[in-house]
Amino acid sequence: MASPVDLLDRRLLFVTGKGGVGKTSIAAALGSLAASQGRRTLLCEVDTKGDIAGAFETAPTEFREREVAHGLWAMTMDTEASLKEYLGLQLKLPLLARLGPLARTFDFVANAAPGVKEILTVGKLCYEVRERHYDLVVADAPASGHIVGQLAAPEAINDLVKVGLVRDQTGWMLDILGEAPTTGVVVVATPEEMPVNETLELTVRLQAETVVDLAAVVVNRVLPELFTRGEEKIFRELRRPDRTDALAAAVGVPGPRGGPGRASVEPLLDGAELAVKLRRTRAEHLGALREGLPPGTQLLYVPELFQRSHGVRATRQIAEALGAELGY
Amino acid sequence: MEPLLAAKEIVICCGSGGVGKTTTAAALAAMAAANLGGKVLVITVDPARRLANALGLERFGNVETQIRPEHFAAAGVAEPRGELWAAMLDTKQSWDELVRAHAPDAATRDAILANPLYANITSRFVQSHDYIAMERLYEIHASGRYDLILVDTPPTRNAIDFLEAPERMADFFSSRLLRWLTVPARSRVFTMASKPFYTVADRILGTQFLQDIAEFFLLFQTMYDGFVERARAVTRTLSDKRTTFVVVSTLEPSPVRETEFFVDALSDRKLHLGAVVLNKVLPDWFRDHDATAVAQRMSTDPAGLAKAVTEAAGNAGIGAPDQVARVLAEVGESFLNFQVVATREGEQRAELAAVADVVATIPYADHDITDLAGLLELGSWLWR
Repeated sequence: MASPVDLLDRRLLFVTGKGGVGKTSIAAALGSLAASQGRRTLLCEVDTKGDIAGAFETAPTEFREREVAHGLWAMTMDTEASLKEYLGLQLKLPLLARLGPLARTFDFVANAAPGVKEILTVGKLCYEVRERHYDLVVADAPASGHIVGQLAAPEAINDLVKVGLVRDQTGWMLDILGEAPTTGVVVVATPEEMPVNETLELTVRLQAETVVDLAAVVVNRVLPELFTRGEEKIFRELRRPDRTDALAAAVGVPGPRGGPGRASVEPLLDGAELAVKLRRTRAEHLGALREGLPPGTQLLYVPELFQRSHGVRATRQIAEALGAELGY
Repeated sequence: MEPLLAAKEIVICCGSGGVGKTTTAAALAAMAAANLGGKVLVITVDPARRLANALGLERFGNVETQIRPEHFAAAGVAEPRGELWAAMLDTKQSWDELVRAHAPDAATRDAILANPLYANITSRFVQSHDYIAMERLYEIHASGRYDLILVDTPPTRNAIDFLEAPERMADFFSSRLLRWLTVPARSRVFTMASKPFYTVADRILGTQFLQDIAEFFLLFQTMYDGFVERARAVTRTLSDKRTTFVVVSTLEPSPVRETEFFVDALSDRKLHLGAVVLNKVLPDWFRDHDATAVAQRMSTDPAGLAKAVTEAAGNAGIGAPDQVARVLAEVGESFLNFQVVATREGEQRAELAAVADVVATIPYADHDITDLAGLLELGSWLWR
């Protein structure tokens, strides 16, 4: 078990989770929060989906990082560009520039040799950490189905490739990845069945198959508790037809289902009913998540924010919620 | 959706992660088995244990298992018109079977299966998952054992990856570069053309690793003809008239973007888009203008309303006015909160309507699906 270390004091965070849980929003918010704390932060989108650009309402991000907010730089991973950068830095290969079919050759080798693309991704991230260009690097990493392959790539390469430049590089990468206070994985989940199951499976696989530490689990879209037990009893009373009629008469606004009768307030009561049931189902999944995680795992809760959009404002709201959870 | 499923033999459910592809595929399969008849198979990539339980199975694997008719009876379908079968895709096992089927002899087969690169490629190589899913679909369809096969697609990084997987596999194994790579193991003679490639590749990966790769591909090349032909046949199956695609999406911005992209990709490839299914959609009445007025009244004047309600005839036992006021305020605010999301969903829906007709909408479920009855209930939204 790692010593308790402040999440943002780490140097490299991989943010992952099942598709659709808000992984990118959380990664963007963590980056934003770190930057607002005065940490020079790099946010890297590993899958080119363009959602990071959306989170900050900027032009599409590229391999070359760009400052998207004060103290926050964003980039998109491009393994080919990463290889070129690496070769330019490590190999003094002027010939390379003239190697026309490099792209195709690379693509082929990367496809043929599993782990090469992954290691170029992880390698670029680790490189930024090693060179101390940033205080914190946040990777919007692949979804839970692919993250283990990515993080285990340096070891896989270590096993498969006995000599050569790629092999030479795996040692220091493994050092950075395996150092608990430096690197960590943040798993994002929503309190729903599948995301919770995937999160629990992932934490087991991370420990068994990689050297990387589980830094925290972020539970996204937690619904507020609508009623206390006493209040829920009153709510049930209000659902009795005669009482619903009395409420409708008090409101006195003609509702959507015609007339000022009980039909006018029923959609509202139905809506509250849905919220209560959703909250209850989610609470069960949340319980299963808490129970299934390794003891001592840091859990951060982000409420359902009922946002209008997924832009800058939403990113800031999530960052604030995370900040509150981290005690800032 | 009923006429679509009645007319097709293969239904491929695709869409971005977390939108409910697996559940949708299973619900459609259950409805087809109950109402259309024939043998219906659902192949899933990664089912939640509870979905297996919902189908009345402890677990299911690469081998197809029938869902016992009792489960339909328990779900209120006394006599399903057809049979429902389920299978889960086991990538490693499927690859092994493929190798067994195509290897020219036992020695090559064993050498491939024991090769460390093979294990790595089949388990880690993401494209190999996409390919094997389509390959297995082809295999089962070609066997003629089922009238209708529904499959949910693996969680790919890019929704269209699996469409291109067979083609890419064929390209891969017929690549000139692959031939270059396998030259040294064959003759140890470097051609002029391959030299620059080796210079770079050697320095990056080392000769030994290249040799390992070469050996693996030499072994694999013995299966080349069978493999490439197979990959082409798989591609043909995808574009066959009997195959259709169902794109599943929620009304979150990111899945909607992927759905638009996917609809375009299908049309570019002349593949049949059968339906767009929207899942987890909030009810329309959340956007009702009149309901807004009611909600606003509840959240701005809960005390006044509570007073009126508690003082109404026969309402004395309802509770203390201040508590009633809190309840009303919560009801109003909660409604307005959900309305924000419902409005956003409405906008996404309008955007989506510009590229494709939405065929079916599944409302936001307030409970999990735990049995066949639940699957059929969800399926009934798709059937209408």
